[in-house]
Amino acid sequence: MASLFDINLFALFGQLLIGLINGSFYALLSLGLAIIFGLLKIINFAQGAMYMLGAFAALLGMQYLGINYWFALILVPLAVGLVGILMERFLIRRIANEDHLYSLLLTFGLALMLQGIFTHLFGSSGLSYPIPDALKGGTKLPFMYLPNYRAWIILVSVVVCIGTWWMIEKTKLGAYLRAGTENPQLLQAFGINVPLIVTLTFGFGVALAGLAGVMAAPVYSVSPDMGSNILIVVFAIVVIGGMGSIGGAILTGLGMGVIEGLTKYFYPEASTTVIFLVMVIVLLFKPAGLFGKEA
Amino acid sequence: MSPNHREKLRINNLHAYYGESHILHGIDLTVMQGELVTLLGRNGSGRSTTLKAIMNMVGKRSGQIVVNGNDTMSLPAHRIAHLGLGFCPEERGIFSSLNVEENLMLPPAVRSDGMSVDEIYAMFPNLYERRTSQGTRLSGGEQQMLALARILRSGANILLLDEITEGLAPVIVQKLAEVLVQLKNRGLTILLVEQNFRFAAPIADRHYVMEHGHIVEEIAAHELAEKTELLNTYLGV
Repeated sequence: MASLFDINLFALFGQLLIGLINGSFYALLSLGLAIIFGLLKIINFAQGAMYMLGAFAALLGMQYLGINYWFALILVPLAVGLVGILMERFLIRRIANEDHLYSLLLTFGLALMLQGIFTHLFGSSGLSYPIPDALKGGTKLPFMYLPNYRAWIILVSVVVCIGTWWMIEKTKLGAYLRAGTENPQLLQAFGINVPLIVTLTFGFGVALAGLAGVMAAPVYSVSPDMGSNILIVVFAIVVIGGMGSIGGAILTGLGMGVIEGLTKYFYPEASTTVIFLVMVIVLLFKPAGLFGKEA
Repeated sequence: MSPNHREKLRINNLHAYYGESHILHGIDLTVMQGELVTLLGRNGSGRSTTLKAIMNMVGKRSGQIVVNGNDTMSLPAHRIAHLGLGFCPEERGIFSSLNVEENLMLPPAVRSDGMSVDEIYAMFPNLYERRTSQGTRLSGGEQQMLALARILRSGANILLLDEITEGLAPVIVQKLAEVLVQLKNRGLTILLVEQNFRFAAPIADRHYVMEHGHIVEEIAAHELAEKTELLNTYLGV
Protein backbone atom coordinates (compact mmCIF):
# COMPACT_ATOMS: atom_id res chain seq x y z
CA MET A 1 0.00 0.00 0.00
CA ALA A 2 2.65 2.43 1.05
CA SER A 3 4.43 1.98 -2.20
CA LEU A 4 4.35 4.72 -4.79
CA PHE A 5 6.16 4.53 -8.15
CA ASP A 6 8.22 1.67 -6.81
CA ILE A 7 9.31 3.71 -3.84
CA ASN A 8 8.79 2.01 -0.51
CA LEU A 9 7.60 4.93 1.57
CA PHE A 10 8.09 3.09 4.87
CA ALA A 11 11.72 2.47 4.08
CA LEU A 12 12.23 5.93 2.60
CA PHE A 13 10.77 7.73 5.63
CA GLY A 14 12.68 5.41 7.91
CA GLN A 15 15.95 6.45 6.29
CA LEU A 16 14.90 10.07 6.26
CA LEU A 17 14.29 9.87 9.99
CA ILE A 18 17.67 8.30 10.63
CA GLY A 19 19.15 11.00 8.43
CA LEU A 20 17.45 13.72 10.45
CA ILE A 21 18.71 12.21 13.69
CA ASN A 22 22.26 11.94 12.44
CA GLY A 23 21.82 15.46 11.10
CA SER A 24 20.77 16.64 14.55
CA PHE A 25 24.06 15.44 15.99
CA TYR A 26 26.00 16.82 13.04
CA ALA A 27 24.31 20.20 13.57
CA LEU A 28 25.10 20.35 17.30
CA LEU A 29 28.71 19.32 16.79
CA SER A 30 29.41 21.54 13.79
CA LEU A 31 27.69 24.47 15.51
CA GLY A 32 30.12 24.12 18.43
CA LEU A 33 33.05 23.88 16.04
CA ALA A 34 31.87 26.92 14.09
CA ILE A 35 31.48 29.09 17.20
CA ILE A 36 34.93 28.13 18.45
CA PHE A 37 36.53 28.62 15.05
CA GLY A 38 34.88 32.01 14.62
CA LEU A 39 36.26 33.57 17.77
CA LEU A 40 39.46 31.60 18.47
CA LYS A 41 40.37 30.82 14.86
CA ILE A 42 41.31 27.32 15.96
CA ILE A 43 39.98 24.01 14.72
CA ASN A 44 39.06 22.03 17.80
CA PHE A 45 40.00 18.46 17.03
CA ALA A 46 38.93 17.50 20.54
CA GLN A 47 35.26 18.25 19.75
CA GLY A 48 34.60 14.57 19.04
CA ALA A 49 36.33 13.55 22.26
CA MET A 50 34.10 16.00 24.16
CA TYR A 51 31.06 14.35 22.57
CA MET A 52 32.39 10.97 23.71
CA LEU A 53 33.10 12.43 27.14
CA GLY A 54 29.49 13.64 27.34
CA ALA A 55 28.13 10.17 26.56
CA PHE A 56 30.46 8.52 29.10
CA ALA A 57 29.70 11.16 31.73
CA ALA A 58 25.97 10.38 31.37
CA LEU A 59 26.63 6.64 31.59
CA LEU A 60 29.02 6.78 34.56
CA GLY A 61 26.89 9.38 36.31
CA MET A 62 23.96 6.98 36.14
CA GLN A 63 25.97 3.93 37.22
CA TYR A 64 27.90 5.47 40.09
CA LEU A 65 25.98 8.55 41.19
CA GLY A 66 22.45 7.61 40.21
CA ILE A 67 22.06 10.72 38.07
CA ASN A 68 19.16 10.11 35.73
CA TYR A 69 18.91 11.16 32.09
CA TRP A 70 17.10 14.41 32.77
CA PHE A 71 19.66 15.68 35.26
CA ALA A 72 22.46 14.45 33.01
CA LEU A 73 21.00 16.55 30.21
CA ILE A 74 21.72 19.66 32.32
CA LEU A 75 24.74 18.59 34.40
CA VAL A 76 26.85 16.87 31.75
CA PRO A 77 27.05 19.84 29.34
CA LEU A 78 28.04 22.02 32.31
CA ALA A 79 30.75 19.54 33.34
CA VAL A 80 32.05 19.10 29.80
CA GLY A 81 31.93 22.87 29.33
CA LEU A 82 34.05 23.20 32.46
CA VAL A 83 36.57 20.76 31.01
CA GLY A 84 36.65 22.97 27.92
CA ILE A 85 37.16 26.10 30.02
CA LEU A 86 40.11 24.50 31.80
CA MET A 87 41.48 23.33 28.46
CA GLU A 88 41.31 26.83 26.99
CA ARG A 89 42.58 28.58 30.07
CA PHE A 90 45.58 26.35 30.80
CA LEU A 91 46.56 24.84 27.44
CA ILE A 92 45.15 26.56 24.37
CA ARG A 93 45.76 30.10 25.63
CA ARG A 94 49.46 29.41 25.98
CA ILE A 95 49.79 28.86 22.25
CA ALA A 96 47.09 31.31 21.13
CA ASN A 97 49.63 33.54 19.39
CA GLU A 98 51.49 30.73 17.66
CA ASP A 99 50.72 29.26 14.25
CA HIS A 100 47.27 27.60 14.18
CA LEU A 101 48.95 24.30 13.41
CA TYR A 102 49.99 24.11 17.07
CA SER A 103 46.47 24.36 18.45
CA LEU A 104 45.34 21.81 15.89
CA LEU A 105 48.04 19.39 17.06
CA LEU A 106 47.30 20.15 20.70
CA THR A 107 43.58 19.44 20.43
CA PHE A 108 44.23 16.39 18.25
CA GLY A 109 46.66 15.07 20.88
CA LEU A 110 44.17 15.71 23.66
CA ALA A 111 41.51 13.82 21.70
CA LEU A 112 43.82 10.84 21.22
CA MET A 113 44.76 10.84 24.90
CA LEU A 114 41.14 10.93 26.06
CA GLN A 115 40.18 8.20 23.63
CA GLY A 116 43.14 6.10 24.79
CA ILE A 117 42.30 6.53 28.47
CA PHE A 118 38.67 5.55 27.93
CA THR A 119 39.66 2.56 25.81
CA HIS A 120 42.00 1.43 28.55
CA LEU A 121 39.33 1.79 31.24
CA PHE A 122 36.22 0.61 29.42
CA GLY A 123 37.38 -1.35 26.38
CA SER A 124 36.33 -0.51 22.86
CA SER A 125 33.28 -2.73 22.42
CA GLY A 126 30.74 -0.11 23.47
CA LEU A 127 28.30 0.12 26.38
CA SER A 128 24.59 0.77 26.37
CA TYR A 129 22.56 3.46 28.08
CA PRO A 130 18.82 3.02 28.60
CA ILE A 131 16.24 5.24 26.97
CA PRO A 132 14.49 7.23 29.73
CA ASP A 133 11.08 5.76 30.60
CA ALA A 134 9.14 8.86 29.64
CA LEU A 135 10.47 8.66 26.08
CA LYS A 136 10.03 4.94 25.49
CA GLY A 137 7.62 3.75 22.85
CA GLY A 138 6.64 5.56 19.74
CA THR A 139 3.92 7.10 17.62
CA LYS A 140 2.46 5.53 14.53
CA LEU A 141 2.28 8.04 11.70
CA PRO A 142 0.62 7.34 8.33
CA PHE A 143 3.90 6.48 6.63
CA MET A 144 6.10 5.41 9.46
CA TYR A 145 6.61 4.48 13.06
CA LEU A 146 8.26 7.35 14.96
CA PRO A 147 10.06 6.30 18.14
CA ASN A 148 9.52 8.99 20.80
CA TYR A 149 13.15 9.25 21.79
CA ARG A 150 14.19 9.93 18.19
CA ALA A 151 11.59 12.67 17.87
CA TRP A 152 12.95 14.09 21.13
CA ILE A 153 16.50 14.22 19.70
CA ILE A 154 15.35 16.19 16.69
CA LEU A 155 13.28 18.54 18.85
CA VAL A 156 16.07 19.27 21.34
CA SER A 157 18.66 19.73 18.63
CA VAL A 158 16.50 22.16 16.67
CA VAL A 159 15.58 24.14 19.80
CA VAL A 160 19.20 24.34 20.99
CA CYS A 161 20.47 25.30 17.54
CA ILE A 162 17.84 28.01 17.03
CA GLY A 163 18.42 29.26 20.58
CA THR A 164 22.16 29.49 19.99
CA TRP A 165 21.67 31.20 16.65
CA TRP A 166 19.28 33.70 18.26
CA MET A 167 21.71 34.39 21.10
CA ILE A 168 24.56 35.07 18.69
CA GLU A 169 22.63 37.10 16.12
CA LYS A 170 20.15 39.00 18.27
CA THR A 171 21.60 39.68 21.73
CA LYS A 172 24.21 42.02 23.16
CA LEU A 173 26.38 39.09 24.19
CA GLY A 174 26.15 37.81 20.63
CA ALA A 175 27.19 41.24 19.35
CA TYR A 176 30.33 41.02 21.50
CA LEU A 177 30.99 37.58 20.07
CA ARG A 178 30.54 38.75 16.48
CA ALA A 179 32.65 41.86 17.05
CA GLY A 180 35.33 39.78 18.76
CA THR A 181 35.36 37.42 15.81
CA GLU A 182 36.05 40.37 13.48
CA ASN A 183 38.42 42.56 15.48
CA PRO A 184 39.21 41.36 19.01
CA GLN A 185 41.82 44.05 19.60
CA LEU A 186 39.37 46.89 18.99
CA LEU A 187 36.67 45.24 21.08
CA GLN A 188 39.20 45.01 23.90
CA ALA A 189 40.03 48.70 23.46
CA PHE A 190 36.33 49.49 23.97
CA GLY A 191 36.62 47.97 27.42
CA ILE A 192 35.39 44.41 26.86
CA ASN A 193 37.25 41.56 28.55
CA VAL A 194 37.93 39.60 25.37
CA PRO A 195 40.01 36.82 26.99
CA LEU A 196 37.03 36.05 29.24
CA ILE A 197 34.68 35.94 26.25
CA VAL A 198 37.10 33.61 24.47
CA THR A 199 37.17 31.23 27.45
CA LEU A 200 33.39 31.21 27.84
CA THR A 201 32.88 30.73 24.11
CA PHE A 202 35.20 27.76 24.04
CA GLY A 203 33.39 26.32 27.06
CA PHE A 204 30.02 26.82 25.38
CA GLY A 205 31.11 25.29 22.08
CA VAL A 206 32.45 22.26 23.89
CA ALA A 207 29.33 22.03 26.09
CA LEU A 208 27.27 21.65 22.91
CA ALA A 209 29.35 18.56 22.10
CA GLY A 210 28.75 17.29 25.66
CA LEU A 211 25.00 17.77 25.21
CA ALA A 212 25.11 15.88 21.92
CA GLY A 213 26.95 13.10 23.75
CA VAL A 214 24.22 12.74 26.40
CA MET A 215 21.53 12.66 23.75
CA ALA A 216 23.46 10.12 21.70
CA ALA A 217 24.05 7.73 24.61
CA PRO A 218 20.62 5.99 24.40
CA VAL A 219 20.66 5.59 20.61
CA TYR A 220 24.28 4.87 19.71
CA SER A 221 26.54 2.61 21.65
CA VAL A 222 28.71 4.51 24.13
CA SER A 223 32.26 3.76 23.07
CA PRO A 224 35.63 5.55 23.19
CA ASP A 225 35.82 5.87 19.41
CA MET A 226 32.30 7.27 18.91
CA GLY A 227 33.78 10.78 18.79
CA SER A 228 36.51 10.18 16.26
CA ASN A 229 34.06 8.37 13.98
CA ILE A 230 31.60 11.23 13.81
CA LEU A 231 34.18 14.02 13.83
CA ILE A 232 35.50 13.34 10.34
CA VAL A 233 31.99 13.73 8.91
CA VAL A 234 31.41 16.84 11.03
CA PHE A 235 34.57 18.44 9.67
CA ALA A 236 33.35 17.79 6.13
CA ILE A 237 30.06 19.45 7.10
CA VAL A 238 31.79 22.50 8.54
CA VAL A 239 33.77 22.83 5.31
CA ILE A 240 30.58 22.53 3.23
CA GLY A 241 28.72 25.07 5.35
CA GLY A 242 31.61 27.51 5.46
CA MET A 243 34.04 27.95 8.32
CA GLY A 244 32.71 30.12 11.10
CA SER A 245 29.18 30.54 9.70
CA ILE A 246 26.70 29.83 12.51
CA GLY A 247 23.53 29.44 10.48
CA GLY A 248 25.51 27.59 7.83
CA ALA A 249 26.74 24.99 10.30
CA ILE A 250 23.20 24.29 11.55
CA LEU A 251 21.52 24.06 8.14
CA THR A 252 24.34 22.06 6.59
CA GLY A 253 24.39 19.66 9.54
CA LEU A 254 20.70 18.85 9.24
CA GLY A 255 20.78 18.92 5.44
CA MET A 256 23.72 16.55 5.15
CA GLY A 257 22.06 14.12 7.55
CA VAL A 258 19.02 14.07 5.28
CA ILE A 259 21.13 13.66 2.13
CA GLU A 260 22.96 10.79 3.79
CA GLY A 261 19.61 9.20 4.69
CA LEU A 262 18.26 9.58 1.16
CA THR A 263 21.41 8.05 -0.25
CA LYS A 264 21.00 5.10 2.10
CA TYR A 265 17.62 4.49 0.51
CA PHE A 266 18.42 5.08 -3.15
CA TYR A 267 22.02 3.90 -3.36
CA PRO A 268 23.22 2.50 -0.03
CA GLU A 269 26.74 1.80 -1.31
CA ALA A 270 27.42 5.55 -1.54
CA SER A 271 25.91 6.52 1.81
CA THR A 272 29.22 6.75 3.66
CA THR A 273 30.90 8.79 0.95
CA VAL A 274 28.11 11.09 -0.22
CA ILE A 275 29.00 13.85 2.26
CA PHE A 276 32.59 13.90 1.09
CA LEU A 277 31.41 13.98 -2.51
CA VAL A 278 29.27 17.02 -1.69
CA MET A 279 32.30 18.56 0.02
CA VAL A 280 34.44 18.15 -3.10
CA ILE A 281 31.76 19.66 -5.33
CA VAL A 282 31.19 22.60 -2.97
CA LEU A 283 34.92 23.26 -2.68
CA LEU A 284 35.27 23.27 -6.46
CA PHE A 285 32.55 25.86 -7.00
CA LYS A 286 32.43 27.75 -3.70
CA PRO A 287 35.76 27.40 -1.90
CA ALA A 288 34.54 29.40 1.10
CA GLY A 289 31.62 26.99 1.62
CA LEU A 290 27.90 27.43 1.00
CA PHE A 291 27.42 30.06 3.72
CA GLY A 292 31.00 31.28 4.17
CA LYS A 293 32.21 34.73 3.22
CA GLU A 294 34.80 34.86 0.45
CA ALA A 295 38.08 36.02 1.93
CA MET B 1 42.95 70.03 44.81
CA SER B 2 46.30 69.25 43.24
CA PRO B 3 47.63 71.78 40.73
CA ASN B 4 47.35 69.10 38.05
CA HIS B 5 43.68 68.28 38.60
CA ARG B 6 42.90 69.43 35.07
CA GLU B 7 45.52 67.17 33.59
CA LYS B 8 43.65 64.34 31.78
CA LEU B 9 46.51 62.59 30.04
CA ARG B 10 50.25 62.63 30.67
CA ILE B 11 52.86 60.54 28.90
CA ASN B 12 56.44 60.36 30.18
CA ASN B 13 59.31 58.84 28.24
CA LEU B 14 57.11 56.40 26.33
CA HIS B 15 58.85 53.77 24.23
CA ALA B 16 56.85 51.32 22.13
CA TYR B 17 57.74 48.37 19.96
CA TYR B 18 56.08 46.25 17.29
CA GLY B 19 57.93 42.97 17.56
CA GLU B 20 61.58 43.86 17.03
CA SER B 21 60.96 47.35 15.64
CA HIS B 22 61.37 50.21 18.07
CA ILE B 23 58.67 52.70 17.02
CA LEU B 24 58.41 55.34 19.77
CA HIS B 25 61.62 56.70 21.27
CA GLY B 26 60.69 58.43 24.50
CA ILE B 27 57.52 60.47 23.97
CA ASP B 28 56.49 63.15 26.49
CA LEU B 29 53.18 64.89 26.19
CA THR B 30 50.37 66.30 28.31
CA VAL B 31 46.75 67.05 27.51
CA MET B 32 44.64 69.17 29.86
CA GLN B 33 40.90 68.91 30.38
CA GLY B 34 38.91 70.47 27.56
CA GLU B 35 41.94 70.82 25.33
CA LEU B 36 42.05 69.74 21.70
CA VAL B 37 45.62 68.74 20.94
CA THR B 38 46.88 67.37 17.64
CA LEU B 39 49.71 65.05 16.76
CA LEU B 40 51.09 66.20 13.43
CA GLY B 41 53.75 64.57 11.33
CA ARG B 42 54.43 62.52 8.24
CA ASN B 43 53.17 58.98 7.75
CA GLY B 44 55.19 56.57 9.84
CA SER B 45 56.32 59.20 12.34
CA GLY B 46 54.65 57.29 15.18
CA ARG B 47 51.43 59.26 15.71
CA SER B 48 49.01 56.32 15.38
CA THR B 49 51.33 54.16 17.44
CA THR B 50 51.18 56.76 20.22
CA LEU B 51 47.38 56.43 20.36
CA LYS B 52 47.56 52.64 20.23
CA ALA B 53 50.21 52.59 22.95
CA ILE B 54 47.88 54.60 25.19
CA MET B 55 45.20 51.91 24.61
CA ASN B 56 47.75 49.11 25.24
CA MET B 57 47.35 47.84 21.68
CA VAL B 58 51.04 47.59 20.75
CA GLY B 59 53.48 44.80 21.54
CA LYS B 60 55.82 46.14 24.20
CA ARG B 61 55.86 49.46 26.00
CA SER B 62 57.92 51.23 28.62
CA GLY B 63 57.63 54.60 30.31
CA GLN B 64 54.59 56.09 31.99
CA ILE B 65 51.04 56.80 30.80
CA VAL B 66 48.78 58.54 33.30
CA VAL B 67 45.06 58.86 32.56
CA ASN B 68 42.97 60.92 34.98
CA GLY B 69 45.69 60.44 37.58
CA ASN B 70 45.90 56.64 37.14
CA ASP B 71 49.07 54.99 35.91
CA THR B 72 47.86 52.61 33.19
CA MET B 73 51.05 50.77 32.23
CA SER B 74 50.14 47.68 34.22
CA LEU B 75 46.43 47.63 33.28
CA PRO B 76 45.13 45.00 30.84
CA ALA B 77 43.81 46.46 27.59
CA HIS B 78 40.13 46.03 28.48
CA ARG B 79 40.45 48.10 31.68
CA ILE B 80 41.87 51.19 30.02
CA ALA B 81 38.69 52.37 28.30
CA HIS B 82 36.98 52.37 31.69
CA LEU B 83 39.17 55.31 32.76
CA GLY B 84 37.10 57.38 30.34
CA LEU B 85 39.04 56.85 27.13
CA GLY B 86 37.37 56.50 23.75
CA PHE B 87 39.44 55.33 20.79
CA CYS B 88 38.53 55.89 17.15
CA PRO B 89 40.96 53.88 15.00
CA GLU B 90 42.32 55.03 11.66
CA GLU B 91 40.49 52.32 9.71
CA ARG B 92 37.31 53.35 11.64
CA GLY B 93 36.75 49.81 12.85
CA ILE B 94 33.06 49.50 11.97
CA PHE B 95 32.03 45.88 12.47
CA SER B 96 30.51 44.39 9.31
CA SER B 97 28.65 41.63 11.16
CA LEU B 98 26.81 44.23 13.27
CA ASN B 99 24.18 46.66 12.07
CA VAL B 100 24.49 50.40 12.67
CA GLU B 101 22.60 50.36 15.96
CA GLU B 102 24.52 47.33 17.25
CA ASN B 103 27.78 49.10 16.36
CA LEU B 104 26.56 52.17 18.19
CA MET B 105 25.57 50.22 21.31
CA LEU B 106 28.63 47.96 21.33
CA PRO B 107 31.11 49.82 23.59
CA PRO B 108 30.03 49.48 27.21
CA ALA B 109 29.39 52.66 29.17
CA VAL B 110 32.69 53.73 30.70
CA ARG B 111 31.21 56.73 32.49
CA SER B 112 27.66 57.52 33.49
CA ASP B 113 27.18 60.80 31.63
CA GLY B 114 27.54 59.61 28.04
CA MET B 115 25.37 61.07 25.31
CA SER B 116 21.98 59.43 25.02
CA VAL B 117 21.00 57.61 21.86
CA ASP B 118 18.52 60.43 21.13
CA GLU B 119 21.25 63.06 21.41
CA ILE B 120 23.49 60.99 19.14
CA TYR B 121 20.78 60.62 16.52
CA ALA B 122 20.07 64.35 16.76
CA MET B 123 23.75 65.07 16.13
CA PHE B 124 24.01 62.49 13.33
CA PRO B 125 20.54 62.15 11.71
CA ASN B 126 21.93 59.88 8.95
CA LEU B 127 22.73 57.20 11.49
CA TYR B 128 19.12 57.12 12.66
CA GLU B 129 17.83 56.68 9.12
CA ARG B 130 20.25 53.84 8.51
CA ARG B 131 20.18 52.23 11.95
CA THR B 132 19.20 48.79 10.64
CA SER B 133 21.76 48.74 7.81
CA GLN B 134 24.86 46.62 8.01
CA GLY B 135 27.62 48.77 9.53
CA THR B 136 29.96 48.62 6.58
CA ARG B 137 27.20 49.46 4.06
CA LEU B 138 27.39 53.08 5.20
CA SER B 139 29.32 55.68 3.21
CA GLY B 140 32.80 56.55 4.43
CA GLY B 141 31.52 59.72 6.06
CA GLU B 142 28.66 57.94 7.80
CA GLN B 143 31.04 55.24 9.05
CA GLN B 144 33.24 57.96 10.52
CA MET B 145 30.22 59.52 12.24
CA LEU B 146 29.32 56.10 13.63
CA ALA B 147 32.87 55.48 14.87
CA LEU B 148 32.72 58.82 16.71
CA ALA B 149 29.15 58.38 17.91
CA ARG B 150 29.75 55.04 19.57
CA ILE B 151 32.53 56.37 21.81
CA LEU B 152 30.43 59.42 22.67
CA ARG B 153 27.60 57.16 23.79
CA SER B 154 29.99 55.26 26.04
CA GLY B 155 30.57 58.45 28.00
CA ALA B 156 34.29 58.62 27.24
CA ASN B 157 35.55 62.14 28.00
CA ILE B 158 39.05 61.72 26.58
CA LEU B 159 38.86 61.00 22.87
CA LEU B 160 41.75 59.58 20.88
CA LEU B 161 40.91 60.18 17.24
CA ASP B 162 43.08 58.80 14.46
CA GLU B 163 42.86 60.46 11.01
CA ILE B 164 39.13 61.00 11.15
CA THR B 165 39.03 63.15 8.00
CA GLU B 166 41.00 60.78 5.80
CA GLY B 167 39.40 60.24 2.41
CA LEU B 168 36.25 62.21 3.20
CA ALA B 169 34.52 64.87 1.08
CA PRO B 170 35.09 68.52 2.14
CA VAL B 171 31.48 68.97 3.24
CA ILE B 172 31.82 66.03 5.64
CA VAL B 173 35.17 67.27 6.91
CA GLN B 174 33.40 70.57 7.65
CA LYS B 175 30.68 68.71 9.58
CA LEU B 176 33.31 66.83 11.59
CA ALA B 177 35.02 70.13 12.49
CA GLU B 178 31.68 71.43 13.79
CA VAL B 179 31.16 68.26 15.81
CA LEU B 180 34.63 68.52 17.38
CA VAL B 181 34.00 72.13 18.35
CA GLN B 182 30.69 71.10 19.96
CA LEU B 183 32.45 68.32 21.89
CA LYS B 184 35.18 70.70 23.02
CA ASN B 185 32.50 73.09 24.26
CA ARG B 186 31.03 70.24 26.28
CA GLY B 187 34.38 69.99 28.06
CA LEU B 188 35.66 66.84 26.34
CA THR B 189 39.40 66.36 25.94
CA ILE B 190 40.60 65.40 22.49
CA LEU B 191 43.91 64.08 21.19
CA LEU B 192 43.73 64.14 17.43
CA VAL B 193 46.09 62.53 14.94
CA GLU B 194 45.62 64.49 11.75
CA GLN B 195 47.10 64.73 8.29
CA ASN B 196 44.79 67.53 7.21
CA PHE B 197 46.42 70.54 8.83
CA ARG B 198 43.81 72.95 7.44
CA PHE B 199 41.17 70.94 9.29
CA ALA B 200 43.10 70.87 12.55
CA ALA B 201 44.61 74.36 12.69
CA PRO B 202 41.48 76.43 13.38
CA ILE B 203 40.06 74.12 16.08
CA ALA B 204 43.17 72.94 18.00
CA ASP B 205 44.68 74.53 21.10
CA ARG B 206 48.12 73.00 20.70
CA HIS B 207 50.07 70.86 18.27
CA TYR B 208 52.80 68.33 18.83
CA VAL B 209 54.95 67.58 15.80
CA MET B 210 56.35 64.05 15.55
CA GLU B 211 59.22 62.69 13.50
CA HIS B 212 60.83 59.22 13.62
CA GLY B 213 59.14 58.35 16.89
CA HIS B 214 60.15 61.56 18.68
CA ILE B 215 58.23 64.70 19.50
CA VAL B 216 60.29 67.40 17.81
CA GLU B 217 58.18 70.49 18.37
CA GLU B 218 55.31 71.77 20.46
CA ILE B 219 53.36 74.67 18.99
CA ALA B 220 50.53 76.56 20.69
CA ALA B 221 47.69 77.84 18.53
CA HIS B 222 48.79 81.48 18.87
CA GLU B 223 52.34 80.60 17.69
CA LEU B 224 51.13 79.04 14.45
CA ALA B 225 51.59 82.11 12.30
CA GLU B 226 55.24 82.64 13.24
CA LYS B 227 56.09 78.94 13.06
CA THR B 228 54.36 78.12 9.78
CA GLU B 229 57.60 77.80 7.90
CA LEU B 230 59.13 75.46 10.47
CA LEU B 231 55.98 73.35 10.46
CA ASN B 232 56.02 73.13 6.67
CA THR B 233 59.54 71.71 6.71
CA TYR B 234 58.51 69.06 9.22
CA LEU B 235 55.34 68.11 7.40
CA GLY B 236 56.95 68.36 3.99
CA VAL B 237 54.18 70.43 2.46
